[in-house]
Amino acid sequence: MVTALRDETATARTITLQIPDWPGHLAGQHVDVRLTAPDGYSAVRSYSIASAPDQDGRIEITVERLPDGEVSPYLTKQVAVGDPLELRGPIGGWFVWRPEQPEPIQLVAGGSGIVPLMAMIRLRRATPGGAPFRLLYSVREPDAVWYGEELQLPSSDSSVSVTYAYTRAVPEGWPRRPARIDAAQVASMTWPSRLRPTCYVCGPTSFVERAADLLAAEGNSPDRIRTERFGPTGERR
Amino acid sequence: MAIISPGFSGRRAPTDSTLPPGQYLTAGFPVLSAGPTPHVPLEKWELTIEEGTDVIRRWDWTSFRSLPTETPTVDLHCVTRWSKLGTHWDGVSLDTLLAGVKTDAAFALVYSYGDYSTNLPLEDLLNKQAWIAFRFDGADLEPEHGGPARLLVPHLYLWKSAKWVRRIKLMSRDMPGFWEAFGYHNYGDPWREQRYRGD
Repeated sequence: MVTALRDETATARTITLQIPDWPGHLAGQHVDVRLTAPDGYSAVRSYSIASAPDQDGRIEITVERLPDGEVSPYLTKQVAVGDPLELRGPIGGWFVWRPEQPEPIQLVAGGSGIVPLMAMIRLRRATPGGAPFRLLYSVREPDAVWYGEELQLPSSDSSVSVTYAYTRAVPEGWPRRPARIDAAQVASMTWPSRLRPTCYVCGPTSFVERAADLLAAEGNSPDRIRTERFGPTGERR
Repeated sequence: MAIISPGFSGRRAPTDSTLPPGQYLTAGFPVLSAGPTPHVPLEKWELTIEEGTDVIRRWDWTSFRSLPTETPTVDLHCVTRWSKLGTHWDGVSLDTLLAGVKTDAAFALVYSYGDYSTNLPLEDLLNKQAWIAFRFDGADLEPEHGGPARLLVPHLYLWKSAKWVRRIKLMSRDMPGFWEAFGYHNYGDPWREQRYRGD
């Protein structure tokens, strides 16, 4: 059941769900949400879980409204607190972070690809003494940042450091022009490959292709770069 | 009982009847891979068929491309729910690659450059059902879609059509591949909606 709604941006909404008998999830997993019309027609889409695992059967997903979307307009505009939602999960066992992993963690998000990475960050912040995280978060413009205030929070143990890259518009006084991420940014903003970080890259296909190639060119071993690609149709943007 | 979402009507395509359950049509060609895209130079590319510790067939790019090719037009169904209909490929049939191979194996584990793997019954690779494809829509297959060459088994969900195919291991016993070990269905028939383990 939907227990809370919160707008992240003008087009993205976080939905909190209370789920009876939820088996728990790993940071990075997703759920399938099924909407069914009164006449029985149904449509299913996958959404990454944004919240850290907890013991209370509560999860959050953040949904971006796609102009041509079939399910996302309903979830970002029509659904109300108290509505039941049908979902299946958790799903996926590859694009996950476990607190017992000893190595440094490099997260690279493109746009709404931040969601599964946010689950990892939240779990990391709730787990004292774990490996350090870096997040490189690429967004169109400052207003497109999701979870911005929470990402600004200082970590008590400097566990997570966050840097932004802007592709269309930058904040006032920003030292770089807006541009797609490049080799120099990846070199200066991500862990040196000699530390053998595990890298998690999530976003639209063209972004993930580029970021994963740049991380590999920096010397990160391909088997330490985990990717999750999405997009309504995967068309290049 | 399904939970009804009041006010939801959805976007129904007129061609729904040609789609497996739970799929929607796309005109794009989405990419789904677990890691970076491997870039395999043609002069280093090879494809092998193995059984036990024996390599029983081996091709380099030149010998592979000298094999007779076919031009299947097939529908693609991805477990992430998109389907793409009427796609045009150039490839070498697995019937050609496996011609003359005498084996008691009932299963195959297909490995990619970049450590991906997927398993399927050997009979699903035979009888005009599977190809090693190297061209898509008349152009060389792009690396992000599995180039130089990928397996194409369109009657199963697309994760079975391993990109960047490198070797095919014939086995007497079934063994889960990459996604199969992470909870996806062992067989993956889209018409029976075999997405996840237990479907």
